Amino acid sequence: MEFLRPATWDEALAAKAEFPTALPISGGTDVMVEMNFDVHRPSAILDLNRITELRQWEITDGVVRLGASVPYARIINELSEPLPGLALAAHTVGSPQIRNRGGVGGNLGGASPAGDAHPALLAAGRDVFVEVASAARGTRMIAIDDFYVGVKRNSMEKDELILRVHIPVADGPQQFSKIGTRNAMVIAVCAFGFALHPKNGTVGTGIGSAAPTPRRAVAAEEFLQGVLAERGLWESGDLLGAEVIQQFGELVKAAASPIDDVRGTADYRRHSLAVMARRTLTWTWNDYSKQIRSAA
Amino acid sequence: MSTRTIQGQKNLQDIRTGSPDGIGGSPLRPDGTLKVKGEFAYSSDLWHEDMLWGMALRSPHPRANILSVDISEAVKTPGVYAVLTHDDIPGAKFYGLEIQDQPALAKDKVRYHGEAIAIVAADHPETARRAVKKIKVEYEVLTPIVTEEQCLNPEVYGYVHEPHEFKSHGHGNICHSQKLVSGLGVTDEVRAMADVIVKGEYEVGMQDQAFLGPESGLAVPSEDGGMDLYVATQWLHVDRQQIAPVLGIPEEKLRLTLAGVGGAFGGREDLSMQIHACLLAQRTGKPVKIVYARDESFFGHVHRHPAKMYYEHGATRDGKLVYADARIVLDGGAYASASPAVVGNAASLGHGPYVIPNVRMDAIALYSNNPSCGAMRGFGAVQACFGYETQMDKLAVALDMDPVELRQLNAMSEGDYMPTGQMIDSPAPVAELLQRVKDMPLPPPLDLTNLDVRTLPGALSNTTHGEGVVRGIGYSVGIKNVGFSEGFDDYSTARVRLEVIGGEPVAMVHTAMAEVGQGGITVHAQIARTELGVEQVTIHPANTEVGSAGSTSASRQTYMTGGAVKYAAEAVAQALIEKGRKRYGWTHNDLSLIGGKVVSESAGALVSMVDLLGDDAIDLTREHHHRPTVPFDKETGQGFGHVQYTFCANRAVVDVDVELGLVKVVELTAAQDVGKALNPLSVVGQIQGGCTQALGLAVMEEIIVKDGKVRNASFTDYLIPTILDVPPIPVDILELPDPNAPYGLRGVGEAPTVSATPSIVAAIRQATGIALNRIPVRPEHLTGTL
Ligand SMILES: Cc1cc2nc3c(=O)[nH]c(=O)nc-3n(C[C@H](O)[C@H](O)[C@H](O)COP(=O)(O)OP(=O)(O)OC[C@H]3O[C@@H](n4cnc5c(N)ncnc54)[C@H](O)[C@@H]3O)c2cc1C
Repeated sequence: MEFLRPATWDEALAAKAEFPTALPISGGTDVMVEMNFDVHRPSAILDLNRITELRQWEITDGVVRLGASVPYARIINELSEPLPGLALAAHTVGSPQIRNRGGVGGNLGGASPAGDAHPALLAAGRDVFVEVASAARGTRMIAIDDFYVGVKRNSMEKDELILRVHIPVADGPQQFSKIGTRNAMVIAVCAFGFALHPKNGTVGTGIGSAAPTPRRAVAAEEFLQGVLAERGLWESGDLLGAEVIQQFGELVKAAASPIDDVRGTADYRRHSLAVMARRTLTWTWNDYSKQIRSAA
Repeated sequence: MSTRTIQGQKNLQDIRTGSPDGIGGSPLRPDGTLKVKGEFAYSSDLWHEDMLWGMALRSPHPRANILSVDISEAVKTPGVYAVLTHDDIPGAKFYGLEIQDQPALAKDKVRYHGEAIAIVAADHPETARRAVKKIKVEYEVLTPIVTEEQCLNPEVYGYVHEPHEFKSHGHGNICHSQKLVSGLGVTDEVRAMADVIVKGEYEVGMQDQAFLGPESGLAVPSEDGGMDLYVATQWLHVDRQQIAPVLGIPEEKLRLTLAGVGGAFGGREDLSMQIHACLLAQRTGKPVKIVYARDESFFGHVHRHPAKMYYEHGATRDGKLVYADARIVLDGGAYASASPAVVGNAASLGHGPYVIPNVRMDAIALYSNNPSCGAMRGFGAVQACFGYETQMDKLAVALDMDPVELRQLNAMSEGDYMPTGQMIDSPAPVAELLQRVKDMPLPPPLDLTNLDVRTLPGALSNTTHGEGVVRGIGYSVGIKNVGFSEGFDDYSTARVRLEVIGGEPVAMVHTAMAEVGQGGITVHAQIARTELGVEQVTIHPANTEVGSAGSTSASRQTYMTGGAVKYAAEAVAQALIEKGRKRYGWTHNDLSLIGGKVVSESAGALVSMVDLLGDDAIDLTREHHHRPTVPFDKETGQGFGHVQYTFCANRAVVDVDVELGLVKVVELTAAQDVGKALNPLSVVGQIQGGCTQALGLAVMEEIIVKDGKVRNASFTDYLIPTILDVPPIPVDILELPDPNAPYGLRGVGEAPTVSATPSIVAAIRQATGIALNRIPVRPEHLTGTL
């Protein structure tokens, strides 16, 4: 097995072009487990750990440009304000050891429907982009809605690597909830990310582990956006009312297409998604109304 | 022992502690710091120059005929030294703990998912792995026999072991059975004496020992045609007894030494890689190491028997039990393993620590094409306790009584009789233990103003900020036997040597006891200090150069091997005193060894041990046999079957998110009588660990098997409690001596594993109002989404 250790981003892209079957490794928290279980026997491993760009983040024009290898622990410590949903999701990932190693790039690279970053990224809005690059064609931006294409499959080409993710700085409250059958270190039975985007009057949702890919609950978003606009709730911050919350939960539930597996039944996933949707909506809306009222 | 360099063998040898702590103290464990710092050498760290790596090919099918095995491609792989199948075994083809029904390598058929068919030795684990993949097996896949209905109708669904090859005590697909009747049994007349009757069907899933150190060991062939085996196991001598015949060598030529054990909990009572490594070493003439990967480990050891149980209890209006009836069906899987003993425990302990005038019980273990089940902490008693304790709660509801008072009203105590007719002839403070957990202060209610999500169900998963959270409290009590039962003489041997080293008297304790993490070596040193009045104690590596120590299981090691150490040390002390009498003509009758001196109670210190011993060493070996027991009568279950009984009571406090079905155990209290706490810190550790494993069974731990196939052979999906799942576990220890036991002690390790699970389920039941007749309780059970 070849072990490639490029020192720069360009070298990494060149190596990936030359060895398209080389398996990139960042934190290794998925790669090493899969090799251990004999899922892959790659011909080559492409170690990305020497590339400094991947471990950096910056905020420009209200957008966080998050390096693919910035570990979850740093997202929690350094980015909880601009990216509250992603930071909450990061909190639920594995254990301290895993959060010190793993990052969003690896989550996206694996594209597991159970990856915890995905619902948070989807909820963060339609203008979240994954910036990928290849030696041959340079950089391109993949909209998060176009990124997940199948079970553990994303829309990247064989010669591409993930450089960073562009996520707008939160302009409203965001939440993330995940069901696991123990209280830590657990793969999601299902997960839900939710964000209010008062600036453009939209809301964002993300469903994890309840469909072949992470997905948005589009009908739920549209329903809620409609209610918020029609009733002038963005301006008033008034109570949503039980019916709206209930209906939102039902629509989130309807957006999922889960299966029965060892981690949980499809019925439970649907049920718990509705509960999480109602709760996260309630928490974010309470926070939002407080903000409105204290501003008034 | 081989003189070649063996890495990973030094830990136990170098253990020496200068602490004055004898029994009743809590000296530091010699292995503790090493383990915490990651410096302890486990069996998986063993290494030998020139060694090969062994690996097994395992069946992907739970039931199939093997039509052919083609090893030609595998053998040709460069770096491969041997590929062996059933036909290459030089000696006995079958082995087993009690019943030799398990092939060392499958022949003609496989009976469970993961059964080993062929083994490979290669110069690198990766080479071995590739070679294993090149072995071609042609299977005729058969429908597995997996349900009770299928097992009990072999004419329709088939035999796991065909009648002509059947080796167990049962028949058809029944591996073992035990009936029990006491008083008038359970008849319509008896039922008519009860004012209230409660019934229930209960189910226990397949729990795993989930030890962290995977099965591993190193077999080193010796020049005399024998073998040295370094291995993590629970019982060196019974391993040897099973391995030697398969290798076709006499037992004396097979020498076992204990390697660092990373947990056991019963899962190392059966053989795993031992025979395979030895066969490969024998064939190649080279040392062979085998280390299981985690997934292989789940296939490589037996699990806790899943159970289906029917219980019925009748009581008078004021809560006195009139009768109890039960049928317990344990799924033993493909091979017998410890099934007979598990059935014996389920039958004899399955009605709990209660006085019940009329009892009936029918317990069986099935053969099936599910994974083999055998020993796991508390076996037989764990499953039953969930049944009878759930029944007690049901009865309390039916009678509108306090569940603790109901239990206390029926609790057994010293002088009462077990349903087996055995009198409880030492303290049995069942009612008192319940009272103690009940009287402990309750944890404060949830404080939602100072919210810390880590304290809520779901914890950092952030599923609730208090919504849906309901608190519940539950109680339970359980009974477990200590030591091997039903006529088994599981004696222990200890060798104690006393000599002067570096101007100080030093004791050396040599036993074959497997230190699996229970703290046995610490206790041995404490005993030697107490009996011999020395400070320095060395623990010899555990091996087969000394006699058997029995198994590190059944809560028995401190009782049995600790007892043997005591007797050997007493003999050494006597011998030393005799020496003094001869030399100095002492006539005192009040001599003992204290603080490195021979001391007379009346005349004070007489001579230092250093002077008395001079250059001599006193080196004596003693066996400790517990009082004899007898097998239970097959039909009536009567008989003096158990050595000792042990009891634990628990109170669980849980918070349940009733909407999401997520559980946070807030506190789990335990009260246990330990007779005498030889090492109080270890005792508390055992009780807390036992409670934790019980918590796992209550709310998460289960090997999921579908159509005979294991679906979650990994720690990704076989979940065990994390630090956020384990609550504070306050422990209240009672020390009521058992006159039959060394120092009056009572085995500790298993009782809390038996008793704690039902208390947690009871607490969840109280919070949710849902019946919960199956464990582990899953969120689906609590939300009606199964
Ligand atoms: C004990 C444990 C617990 C875990 N718990 C969770 C959990 O709770 N939630 C969760 O979501 N995940 C969990 N995981 C999985 C894992 O930690 C995450 O998916 C993590 O985000 C992976 O990041 P990484 O940097 O370690 O990825 P790696 O393992 O290095 O890579 C993962 C995949 O991404 C590819 N890749 C990595 N970087 C790039 C790049 N820059 N460009 C292109 N492809 C790339 C790799 O080739 C590979 O396919 C857990 C893992 C373990 C071992």
